[in-house]
Amino acid sequence: MDKEVAIVGCTQTKYEAEKIDLTISELVFEVVKKLHNDLGITNDDVGCVISGSNDFNDGRTIANMAIQDAVGSVRKSESRVSGDGAFAYVYGAMRVLSGEYDTVLVVSHSKCSEGDQNLINNSIFDPYYQRHLGLDQISSAGLMANMYMSKYGISEEQAAKVVVKNRKNATNNPYAHLQKEVSIEDVLNSPMLAYPLKELDFPPYSDGAVAMLLTNAENAKKFTDTPVWLKGYASCTDAYYLGHRTMTDLIGLEFAGKEAYKMAKIEDPVKDLDVAEVFEAFSTHELMIYEALGFCDKGEGGIFIDSGETQINGSIPVNPSGGVLSSNVAMANGLIRVAEIVSQLMGKAEDRQISDAKTGLAYGMNGICSQGNCVLIFGGE
Amino acid sequence: MEGEKMNEELEKKVFRGRIKVPYKHTAGAYVEKFITEIGKNNKIMGVKCPKCNKVFVPPKMICFKCFEKMEEWVEVSKQGTVKGFTVISHSTPVLPLKPPFAYGIITLDGADTDFVHIINESDPKNLRVGMRVEAVFKEKPRKRILDIEYFKPI
Repeated sequence: MDKEVAIVGCTQTKYEAEKIDLTISELVFEVVKKLHNDLGITNDDVGCVISGSNDFNDGRTIANMAIQDAVGSVRKSESRVSGDGAFAYVYGAMRVLSGEYDTVLVVSHSKCSEGDQNLINNSIFDPYYQRHLGLDQISSAGLMANMYMSKYGISEEQAAKVVVKNRKNATNNPYAHLQKEVSIEDVLNSPMLAYPLKELDFPPYSDGAVAMLLTNAENAKKFTDTPVWLKGYASCTDAYYLGHRTMTDLIGLEFAGKEAYKMAKIEDPVKDLDVAEVFEAFSTHELMIYEALGFCDKGEGGIFIDSGETQINGSIPVNPSGGVLSSNVAMANGLIRVAEIVSQLMGKAEDRQISDAKTGLAYGMNGICSQGNCVLIFGGE
Repeated sequence: MEGEKMNEELEKKVFRGRIKVPYKHTAGAYVEKFITEIGKNNKIMGVKCPKCNKVFVPPKMICFKCFEKMEEWVEVSKQGTVKGFTVISHSTPVLPLKPPFAYGIITLDGADTDFVHIINESDPKNLRVGMRVEAVFKEKPRKRILDIEYFKPI
């Protein structure tokens, strides 16, 4: 599709470990108000509001009610996606495509610091066969990483290179939570959490919010000279039970990627894409994402990180923002990927700007180990 | 003293809460039979897809590849082969054993899908893909997946 749904502005908070002085509503109000000010609009100019959050994470059901004042949705068209923010974007884009709304506000937030993330992640698993085993995001990542690395002969150094790259990129991103570079040795020497993954192979937990305004072709230029257009989208879920997954390959993402490329007319992703922002939940996960998205052949994620092609100056920079390994805002991560691609394609990514970026990919994910996958392709003016 | 003061400051700023909701999840015929057979008879049961003939362990109603209802019960072995593993060293309030211990992705003999469970081994050096393991059953079953207490290397 071409020039039907535009993103005309994005705002993000600074991501931090524990925003103890700000309520969720205050966090969200910060990004929404800034978006209004940036675009010179008021709440009356917003036709519809879609948010993405998670009840368990917020510790209350219908968590969108906690932010209704902050998004200005009282007595307005409003709905919410319980899941990764990338899916909230998709819902918002569909409201624009319906022709009923000229403008749609899409928001996602998380305060990971308010709940016990290991317990929240344990509840992802079914109550019969998996939950009582005590599985969580760390143990399941360890299983996936070990199986992937054994099958394809990926080394711990190659995994560490992902962390080194993303943490270095984060030093150029003023919003990033962790802004300190780490070395391969730092990663390898950090405490083992789930063999073979160590503490630094995993992201931190971060608090923050992200907002954006969507509109149609008719109105886009009223807001900006550089709207960013949706070109392709696909989603796919893999099997739920870990034993029914192919733990060595991201089959669901592979499918979603192919479908999104078809829609966006991407033939050779490395050539046709200028930048990618992906939800990497742990170091080797990003290598698996390279393979699933066709940036390299199956089993070659390790060689691909060695080649430097995903560095900020490579042929397909991945996570110039620092990615999730630097800022992990559970549930908002996917929408942050979209916001980062928008900054790139608008040419507003400042120190992390990929020069002449015209086409970008954002990947959002739900659940553990890439269970629910959302691939979005965007194009600039 | 410094720590106490910081705690005081924190407590001023937060409301503490806890969601504690008891559930009674309907087990359904598949979970019920699977867990009962483990607890009562120390047997591990799977179901077979009438179309692709794959045996699913643990059992479920629908073969997600064929979209067929599975109704033929098959007993599989208590022994199997490790297809993948990890050893965890982080601690959470819901772990069934004291870490470090291993989780394994295990293909039980006679099953076509993999089974996720615990292996009572704390050193990754003693684990490898392809090794053989056997289920150890709990003496006093509690009607849960942990009625297989863990798998032990054989």
